Parts: sequence; structure tokens; C-alpha cells
Amino acid sequence: MNGLLALLLTLVAVVGTLAVAVREPVRQTIAVGILGLLLSMLFFALQAPDVALSEIVVGSLAIPLMLLLAIAKIREQQKPAEGEPGDAHPGEAEK
Amino acid sequence: MTRGRRAVAIVGVVLLAGGLAWGASGLYDFGHYHALYGKIVARDAVPDRSATNSVVVTAFDYRAFDTLGEEFILFVAVVGVAVLLRRLRGESGRDEDEVAEEDRRASESTRWIGMALVGPLVVLTAYIVVHGHLTPGGGFQGGVILMGAVAFVAVGGESLVLLHLRRTSSWVEMSESAGAAGFAMLGFGGLIGAGAFFQNFIANGTSGLLTGGFIPLANIAVGLEVGGALMMVISEFFDQRLHGQAT
Repeated sequence: MNGLLALLLTLVAVVGTLAVAVREPVRQTIAVGILGLLLSMLFFALQAPDVALSEIVVGSLAIPLMLLLAIAKIREQQKPAEGEPGDAHPGEAEK
Repeated sequence: MTRGRRAVAIVGVVLLAGGLAWGASGLYDFGHYHALYGKIVARDAVPDRSATNSVVVTAFDYRAFDTLGEEFILFVAVVGVAVLLRRLRGESGRDEDEVAEEDRRASESTRWIGMALVGPLVVLTAYIVVHGHLTPGGGFQGGVILMGAVAFVAVGGESLVLLHLRRTSSWVEMSESAGAAGFAMLGFGGLIGAGAFFQNFIANGTSGLLTGGFIPLANIAVGLEVGGALMMVISEFFDQRLHGQAT
């Protein structure tokens, strides 16, 4: 095992732990994205460019994007509930 | 109660760690590969099919049946997502202008870079798919990169364009279904042309793009399927932004 692999494996371990340790969803999403990027670099260093190509897009773009959209959606729904509970027309409250 | 839980957790962790240590102790050293199948494929795939990417030769030729199963898993998963998200449609709507206004809040440079990268990414997709049997890449990678291009359209602040395209025509579904069906048809082609399901029935060629028999066709079919499937998921997710507070 050479130095590059050792470095990448360590980074993957550190960022993977960070992704679990961070509790704020948006920051967690960013950590997962960085983890995807590091994993794809690791796959590339291990001579698996086919897997690296998939991982770089899925891990650092697709998963964070879907998570971010889902988080945005959840926050949007929580907003009116916190402001005026029992509002019959939550869509109107925003305007 | 907490004590009982902790005891269960400790037992579980100890068992898991023990199992992992036991399993890892018998492994070969890092980088020493001993399985026979991989060595045979690495030795024979390139001369056998005239295609230089033995990973893709394995996935789309020797193990094409597995790939068919994976493709249908993706197909069903995407249909599931579409059905799940569509139930909310028409319940409560947000103004499209409002969403467009949100899109324009991104900085000018982000929007320019996002839009400028769409074209090159589409070209890269075509390259990756068509050269899948020669260089690293293939149908799945190409389809995923195409989804990246779609995401950049949204980053560029034009997610509504995507939605209009998606609503006025059914090209995404068409692409997904045509890709899935096309790959299955290649299997039947093998049945008719060579006597076995997914037997390679097209001449291998000698060098260049037209090698590997039906592998380039399989790559294109899978590229269409994966690209269409992921674009469908992404546009469904963006579509959700139009449903303000769906309760």
C-alpha cells in the first residue's frame, strides 16, 4: 500500500466519521458530498475508473442534491406550522 | 431500561467486532487477488470481444443477465418515486413566478457557470456512452452524468424550463422505457441470433468504435434508461417546489 492510498483511506475514515458526527442536516449533506468525492478518488487510486466515474456523480452530486431538495421541502412545511398553528390556509400565510 | 439496552448494545458490538476480526483475519494481503474468475476475464475478455474495457465486457456481455436485473430494479424504483410524489400533485400550488424569483436569487456567476457547463456535459455523456466498451465509462456512467447536466440547468436558475419540458412532452419516460426495453430486446436478439439469451450475436469487429458485438448497443440502451430514469427523479424533486405547503 503506497502513501497516496494510505492518505485517501485516512481521509475517507475521517470524513465518514464527520458525516455521522455532524448533526445539522445541511452541513451533514455537504460532508456526505465531500465523502463521495473522496471515495471516487480512492476508487480511482485503486484502478477502478469505471466505479469512480459513477461514484463522483452519484456520491458528490445526486445524493447531496436530493437531500438538499428534501431538506428545503421539509423546512418549507415547518415554517407555517411554527408561525400560526391551526391556520386553515397555510399557503396564504406566506404572502 | 437503559441498562438493558446498553447490555444488548455491548453484546451486539462485541459480536460484530469479533465477526469482523474473524472474517478479516483469513483475507489475502491488500492488493493480492486470488479468485480465478477475475483472472480469466482479465486475460480473455479483450482478445475475445475486441473491446478493451473488460469491466464493461463483463457487465454487458458475460454477465448481461445480471445487468438486466439491475436495470429493472432501477426502473421499478423510479416508477415508485414518481407514483409517490405525484400523489401530491394538484393539492396546493405555488405560483411559478415565485419559484422563478427564488431561482434568480442565485448569484450571476453561479448561474452562468451552471448554464455554460450543460453543453459540455451533454457532449461528455455521449462520449462516455459511445466509448464505454473501449475506455472507462459505459451506459450507467453516461446516464448519471446526463443527470448532472440536468442538475446544472437547475443550478443555472432555469429549473422551470425543465418542468415545462417535462410536462409538455413525454421524452423522459420514452427514453427510460425505450432503454429498458432495448436492453431486454438485445437479450432476445441473442436468443434468436446465437441460440442463448444475451449471447453476443453481432460480429466483434477488429478495432475502433465498432467492436465488442452488441456491447455498444447495450451501452446506448442502458444510457437511455439510466439517463431517463434519473432525469425523471430529479424533475419530480424539482416539481415538488411548485407544491407550496402540501399538507
